[in-house]
Amino acid sequence: MNTQPLSRPSDRPPLPRGPLSAALLRLLSSPEPPPGPDGLCATARDAVEAAEEVLADEDLQLSLFLLYQLHYGPEDYVAGEWEWDPGLLRTRLLLERAHESALRARAPPPGDAPADGEGLADLLFAMTADAARPALATWFARHADPGQLGEFLVHRSLYTLREADPHSWAIPRLRGRAKAALVEIQADEYGGGRPERVHAEIFARTMRGFGLDSRPEAYLDLIPATTLLPMNTMSLFGLHRRHRGAIVGHLAAFEMTSSIPNRLYSRAFGRWGWGAEVREYFDEHVEADAGHEQIAARDLAGGLADAEPALVPEIVFGAAACLYADEQAGAHMLAAWKAGACSLRSVGP
Amino acid sequence: MSGTHTDGGGDPVVITPCPDGPLLVRGDFALAPAPGAAPEAARRNVTALCRCGMTGIPPLCDGSHKLSGFRTPRSEPD
Repeated sequence: MNTQPLSRPSDRPPLPRGPLSAALLRLLSSPEPPPGPDGLCATARDAVEAAEEVLADEDLQLSLFLLYQLHYGPEDYVAGEWEWDPGLLRTRLLLERAHESALRARAPPPGDAPADGEGLADLLFAMTADAARPALATWFARHADPGQLGEFLVHRSLYTLREADPHSWAIPRLRGRAKAALVEIQADEYGGGRPERVHAEIFARTMRGFGLDSRPEAYLDLIPATTLLPMNTMSLFGLHRRHRGAIVGHLAAFEMTSSIPNRLYSRAFGRWGWGAEVREYFDEHVEADAGHEQIAARDLAGGLADAEPALVPEIVFGAAACLYADEQAGAHMLAAWKAGACSLRSVGP
Repeated sequence: MSGTHTDGGGDPVVITPCPDGPLLVRGDFALAPAPGAAPEAARRNVTALCRCGMTGIPPLCDGSHKLSGFRTPRSEPD
């Protein structure tokens, strides 16, 4: 039963999941675009109106993901130069507005906004306190079977093979203490000048060590909306200057919920005999993120709060959105596995 | 992370105690894993040292202070 997940060559478009992603993929993969970006906007509007839950909608989340990929670096199937196409940007904005308002509804702030950076750091630690006893990672360390280890790596690959990139968009939008803190964290994420220590590269070794494909979107067809949601949320916050508070809050919450779960993930792989080539990524993050969380809460988030007090509610929103999105992804995996089901999308015959 | 340099040396060492958390150590320093052991250069530009005694990767912090309810004394406001 433990067949490895199937990867997709990068010159073959991913599978559509509804009318919008179908039209978008036709556009992106044709040298001579058929319907035109303006028609796409109307399709997007219809898709948003038809969606019961924007943040869990396969068609919408895949479409948003594909639009963001144009900025990170599209796959080989993308034929034209679409990154700054006004029609596609208009479509993206339409999806982003729906995504943002759904996030604000689902991840409300926990009470009044703190007055200064120190109060904000205290609030962030309180918001992330539950992560010291993480449900998914605790179950995973005790019960995950070899097939579930592989599924977990596939889910994680979507962001982790591009680790730190969504937050790097924020660097030019910050000043002073917050900027220095973000760069200090990102420099560590990017290996401090050593290519083999770049976290995304360490995770690529984990994928290959486990026998999986280490190209960033190789498993996109298998990845459900619940796992696209955290990545899309980071890209939304990272790519807009007005969301600089949210991307800072997002990174803080992300770093503050990392050390203890990664220790448990490492244990899960160790339980099945996997060694350093697979576990190094998780072990690295136990150590690295114990420092990053302090810098992120106090100097990055706290520094930005002291420099721009008006952004405090947005920093808190970004943290709440991170926790909500990650919880959706984790809860989906845990529910599937507890029911003895596969957490990935099924493709093929 | 180049800052002001001391005479002939690397970056001065700065230690920052985090409330209810680790000591953050930045700068040009080495860490001896045990008394009498050879010092090793720090592996990253910021090192978090355990203060609560609960870590699984001593002497580094692994976030375990959150599980033990570790509290550091707060300075009195002036």
